[in-house]
Amino acid sequence: MNESVLPMLVPVAWYQVLAAVLFAIGAMGVLFRRNILVIFMCVELMLNATNIAFVAFARHLGSLDGQIIVFFVLAVAAAEVSVGLAIIIDVFRKRGTVDLAAANILKG
Amino acid sequence: MWIFFLLALLVVAGALAVVLLPNPIHSALMLVFTLMATAGIFLTLGAQFLAVIQVIVYAGAIMVLFVFVIMLLNLRAGEGGEESLHRKTGLGQILGIGLAALLMLQIGLLVLTGKPSLLKSIHPAAELEAQAGGHSQAIGLLLYGKYLLPFEVASVLLLVAIIGAVALSRRHLVIGPGRDESTEEVP
Amino acid sequence: MGVGLPMDVVLGVVIKCLVFFFIVVTAVAYMVQFERKVIAHIQSRIGPSRVGPMGLLQPLADALKLISKETIFPRGADKVLYLLGPVFASAPAFLSYAVIPVGPNLSMFGQEITLYLADINVALLFIFAVASINIYGVFLAGWSSNNKYSLYGGLRSSAQMISYELGMGLSVMGVIMLAGSFSLVDIVNAQAKMPFLLLQPVGYLMFLIAGLAEINRIPFDLPEAEGELVAGFHTEYSGMRFGLFFLGEYANIITTSCIAVLLFWGGWNGPGVTQYPWLGPIWFTIKLVPHLFFMVWTRGTLPRFRYDQLMGFGWKVLLPIGLANILITGLIIALTQR
Repeated sequence: MNESVLPMLVPVAWYQVLAAVLFAIGAMGVLFRRNILVIFMCVELMLNATNIAFVAFARHLGSLDGQIIVFFVLAVAAAEVSVGLAIIIDVFRKRGTVDLAAANILKG
Repeated sequence: MWIFFLLALLVVAGALAVVLLPNPIHSALMLVFTLMATAGIFLTLGAQFLAVIQVIVYAGAIMVLFVFVIMLLNLRAGEGGEESLHRKTGLGQILGIGLAALLMLQIGLLVLTGKPSLLKSIHPAAELEAQAGGHSQAIGLLLYGKYLLPFEVASVLLLVAIIGAVALSRRHLVIGPGRDESTEEVP
Repeated sequence: MGVGLPMDVVLGVVIKCLVFFFIVVTAVAYMVQFERKVIAHIQSRIGPSRVGPMGLLQPLADALKLISKETIFPRGADKVLYLLGPVFASAPAFLSYAVIPVGPNLSMFGQEITLYLADINVALLFIFAVASINIYGVFLAGWSSNNKYSLYGGLRSSAQMISYELGMGLSVMGVIMLAGSFSLVDIVNAQAKMPFLLLQPVGYLMFLIAGLAEINRIPFDLPEAEGELVAGFHTEYSGMRFGLFFLGEYANIITTSCIAVLLFWGGWNGPGVTQYPWLGPIWFTIKLVPHLFFMVWTRGTLPRFRYDQLMGFGWKVLLPIGLANILITGLIIALTQR
C-alpha cells in the first residue's frame, strides 16, 4: 500500500512502449474487423492505451493531473459505449446483422 | 520490475486476442482480461484508486454492457457474429498498417536512442498525497478543485449520453422498413 | 518486488491466508446448514438431522455428494467458458475476504497479529470491484450452457446486478463521507463512539436491499426463478461445478453481511474491546449472526418480485433515495464541520 512512496522501478519509456503497442493493436482491430461490436471494443483498447500513457507520465512528472484525465477518459468511454451500443442494437434490429458493411444506409 | 513485464505481456496478449478471436464474446472477455491487467499496470504506477475504478467502471459496467448486448443479440459464431478476418484490403488498411509501422519505428528509435533524462524517474506525487492525507483524498481534491469545470462538463456529457441511449432504444420511435420490431422481448 | 522480504513474514502471510480460507469455507458450509435449518423451522419442519449429532455433519455429506457426482457438458456448449463460469462465480467471492477485518490487532506468540490479510486504502472499492467481476460468472454460465433458460437467467441477473450495484454504491457513500476513508479499518475505528447505523439508517436499509439483490437472493432471485427459468444460469451445471456456484453464493451472503456489520454496526467495536482485544472477533460474530438470519428470513417469508417491478424499484426508488441521502449527509457534514 506504500507503493506510491517507492521510486518508479520501470523507466517511463517502457510504459510508453506498452501504450503504443496497445494503441497499434487496437487500431489494427478497428481497421480489419467487420463486426461493429468488436470494432467498438478495439476503440476501448485504444482508449486504454492512452490511459496507460497518461498515468505513466503523471507518475514520471510527480503529479496527479494525468490520473484525473483518466477519469474523464473513463466518463467519455462510458458515454460513448452507452450511445454506441444503443445505435448497434438499432442497426441490428433494422438489418439483422452487426456487420459493418450492412450499415451503409447513408451511401448514395 | 518483472511484475511490469509480466503484466505488459498479459496486456498485449489479451489485446491481440481481442482483435484475433472470431467470436465476439471471446473478444469481449479477453478485453475484460486486458483491462484487468491494465489495472495491474496502474498499480505498479502507484495509482491504486484508478486501478480499482478501472475495474469497477470498465470491467464492471462498460464491458458488462458489451457482453449484455452480445447476449441480447445472441450472436453465435457463424450466425453473423463471426466473420472472415481477411476482408478486402483497401487503401485504408494499407494506410493503417503504414501508420502503425511508423509508430512502431518511432517507439523503437525512442527506446534505442532515448535520452537518459527521459528514462530518469522523478519522485512520485508523495507530497501531494501527504498534504491531502491520502491517495484517494488527493485525487478527490484535484477532481473537485482544479478540475471542477471539466468534471461538471463530464457529468453533462453522461446525462446527454443517457438521454441519447434511451431515445435510441425506444421501440415506438423506430421507423423501420416494415420489420417486426418486437422480435426480442425484454428478458 | 517480493525480494528482500524475510522468510518468516512470507510464511506468516501464507499461514494467515490458509487459516482465513479454512474459516471462510467452513463458515460457508455451515451457512448452508444454518439456512436449511432456519427455513425448515419457518416451514414447520425439522430440516437435516440424520448425519451426525443434530445433523451437524450434513455439509460434509453434501460436499462428498457433490464431488462424487458426474459432471456433464451440455451439447453445443462453449467448453472453455462453461468451465470458467463457476470459477468466476466463486473465486471473487473468496477474494473479498482478503480485505475484511474481523478484529483489532492482537498480540499472540510474542508478536502483533492483525486480524485481516490486507488493509489497503481502497478496501471498500476493492470489494465493489471484486463484486463486479462476480457478474461474469453468471454471464459465462448463462451464455455457454447453450440453453435458453440459462441465457435468460444470465441476461436477467446481469441487468439486475448492474442496476443494484449503483444503489449499493450510493448506500455506502454516506458512511465513506462520515469516515473520510475507503479503508475498512479506518471506517471501523471511526465508529468507536457510535455505530453509523444511527447516523445512516437510510443508507443501512438501502444497503440491505441492494445487497439482497446483488447476491440474487429472494425476493430478488429472478435470475434463478424456479417457476419460469428452471434454475436460471446454472440449469446445466451438475456436480462440483454446481457446488462452486453454491459456494460462491453463500460466500457472498457472508461477505455482504460482514460489510453491513463493518460499515453500519461498528465492526468489532463493543464493550470491553479496548481492554481485551480478543473480544473483537466475538463481537463481530455476534453482530454478524442477525444479518445472516435476516438473509435467510427474507427467503423464508417473502414472495418474488416481478421483473419490471425489480428494475423499476432499483432505478426509480433506490437510486433517488440514495442520491438524496448523499446530498443530505453532505449538507449536514458541511454545516457541522464549519
